[in-house]
Amino acid sequence: MKWTLSIALVAATIVLIAAGLFQTRSGGGTVGIAAGRALPGFAMRPDTPEHALTILLGAVQRRDWKQALTVMRTNDAATSEDEQAMAQDWQGSNGSLRTFSSLESFDLWPQHATTDEAQIRARLNWTTPVGPVEDLRDFNLTRSGEIWTVTLPRTEPPNVPAQIVPVTYLRWDLVSGNGQDKWGTHNLDAPRVRIISMNAVNSAQGVVVMGEVENEDTVPAFVNVNATLLNASAAVIDQENSFDKIAHVLLPKAVSPYRIDFPGLDLAKVKNVRMDIKAALVPASADPVIGVMDQKIEQDLQGNPVLHGALLNQSGQTVNIPHVIASFSDSNGRVIWVSDGYVDNALLPQSSAPFAIQIPRNVATNVRSFHVVVNQYSLENS
Amino acid sequence: MSWLTSTVWKIPRAGTLLLFVGACWVAPSAAQELRVPESAMAGQAAVISTNGSGHATFYLIGPGTSIKREINLGEDVHVAPESLEDSGQYLAIVCSESCGSATFYVQPSHPASLSFLVHPSRVPDNQPDAVSGVAFPFDHFGNLVLDPLAVTFQAAGPKEKLFAREVSTRDGVAWFRTASGKSVGPLHITASIGPVSSPRVIAQVASEPCNLRIKGQRTAKGILVETEPVHDCAGNPVADGTIVTFNASGDGEKSTVDAPIKGDVARALITDSGPVTISAASGVAMTNELRVGGK
Repeated sequence: MKWTLSIALVAATIVLIAAGLFQTRSGGGTVGIAAGRALPGFAMRPDTPEHALTILLGAVQRRDWKQALTVMRTNDAATSEDEQAMAQDWQGSNGSLRTFSSLESFDLWPQHATTDEAQIRARLNWTTPVGPVEDLRDFNLTRSGEIWTVTLPRTEPPNVPAQIVPVTYLRWDLVSGNGQDKWGTHNLDAPRVRIISMNAVNSAQGVVVMGEVENEDTVPAFVNVNATLLNASAAVIDQENSFDKIAHVLLPKAVSPYRIDFPGLDLAKVKNVRMDIKAALVPASADPVIGVMDQKIEQDLQGNPVLHGALLNQSGQTVNIPHVIASFSDSNGRVIWVSDGYVDNALLPQSSAPFAIQIPRNVATNVRSFHVVVNQYSLENS
Repeated sequence: MSWLTSTVWKIPRAGTLLLFVGACWVAPSAAQELRVPESAMAGQAAVISTNGSGHATFYLIGPGTSIKREINLGEDVHVAPESLEDSGQYLAIVCSESCGSATFYVQPSHPASLSFLVHPSRVPDNQPDAVSGVAFPFDHFGNLVLDPLAVTFQAAGPKEKLFAREVSTRDGVAWFRTASGKSVGPLHITASIGPVSSPRVIAQVASEPCNLRIKGQRTAKGILVETEPVHDCAGNPVADGTIVTFNASGDGEKSTVDAPIKGDVARALITDSGPVTISAASGVAMTNELRVGGK
């Protein structure tokens, strides 16, 4: 009896170790738990397209660029330059949002496969400081002998030539008094800002209050929009603010979309919406200037309507995390949706980066015009 | 502490009122006579005379001050200047076998400072009744001077003297309202009473852009488009930093650039290679349309 139990435990241990060694890693990995090889020499063989892509993305999760390159190359040995380029592609650079992100999980959908070629669509779920970010990518795989390799388009990092960009530097500083100043000596008025449009709609997530706000003053303003939902008896249902769904620092005559989410609420229960805009004087800079080029509403890989475009940094300053906010209006000029998105890559001086913002299908059919603004976070300014 | 030493309490005004009401309650049975000063000024000593003989207790109750002191009847009671710093109604009470009381009023002293509020801190040029100011004269002890005083308001812009006006205070307040000047820059406004003055500076800024026009040309990098110098309708340059939104549309796509005015001109680079129509707007002002052919 005593020997039976011991033998059973040893057998179960061996079975579990073997299962751990040969089990394919699933897409639902856990952040912070490395999923590398348990024993050297027991590497998974990329004998199917899904296997090859799973190995690649698993290596990306662990930031094991050497292993990632094993499923991307077949003949040549991986060079350190390849490893560096791979790391820069997946890990980001220049203080971009990607450098603060990690691949939490991924889902794979085979799209097309022959005996030698395959195409797999992957949904990559990144964890970032600004919340979860979903990325959809198509991967092409080819078979070499008995193994499959991933063919990734080589993304060249933006190559900014050495140059001098003359900038007429314009900024505002704020001189504030101290507590010992006499009454009336520092009576600087708050900037004059105005909500120029507001609309409240029901969405799948709840009530959304959105619109646009303009700085009508001649000085920069730090703006925040608050909304309070009231029921039929004028009691407060909920109160929220625009948080990051607004360009907070508005230069004179600048217009920004704003959006305030009330998750889980039904607009039918709302009788009134009380809007409140807060504006404060704030030190600001007029740079960098970011142009939004080639704006067009198209469909993405899944057929969802998406606003595409490219950001062009027209200044000599690196924008580490560009943030795009867009308002969409119907034929009457009424704002019917506000959407935003962060760009993974840093925007180097005089260079451009693509962006895409999703639009709900039911909204897209009514969109007649849109207005895009770029919020920017630069590490040297923060 | 000797029995002659004064005791001074700083008490809240509500407490003063209660004491005052209580003193009035005992006043009908007064037998002592008090002679209080007919006119007293804040921060100046006062003398209160009593009659009779013997010992008595003297009380002085005023706004923010209360004194209790043992006195000899028939002698003058000297009230120190620091006990009369707050203007307003004071009640003097003397109690021996019975109590007597009298009230007197302490006037504010001469104006020593001016609280001057000017609104707004930024004003567009050429606006009627756009600037207002209000002045409150206070004496050295922070009492609002209620007697009529002549306050001189003066306003001078960067290129012009806007006005100089003498306004009499009413109940301690003098105010003015005036139009803003024609030129942009600091507007210096001063309120003064004799040697006492209080200066303020507000900014006169340009109004909305007027006759906004753009020009552009295709370069190797794209279309470099810029505004002509941006002025308001009075010809003043619009503040640097004001956003001009350039809008280029063509071939089913559009490009936008929010560019700040720098040195009176806003510039932007449009990278479209095809034929585009470019316009710009700032606030409510729109520009001409610029058509640029493809590369």
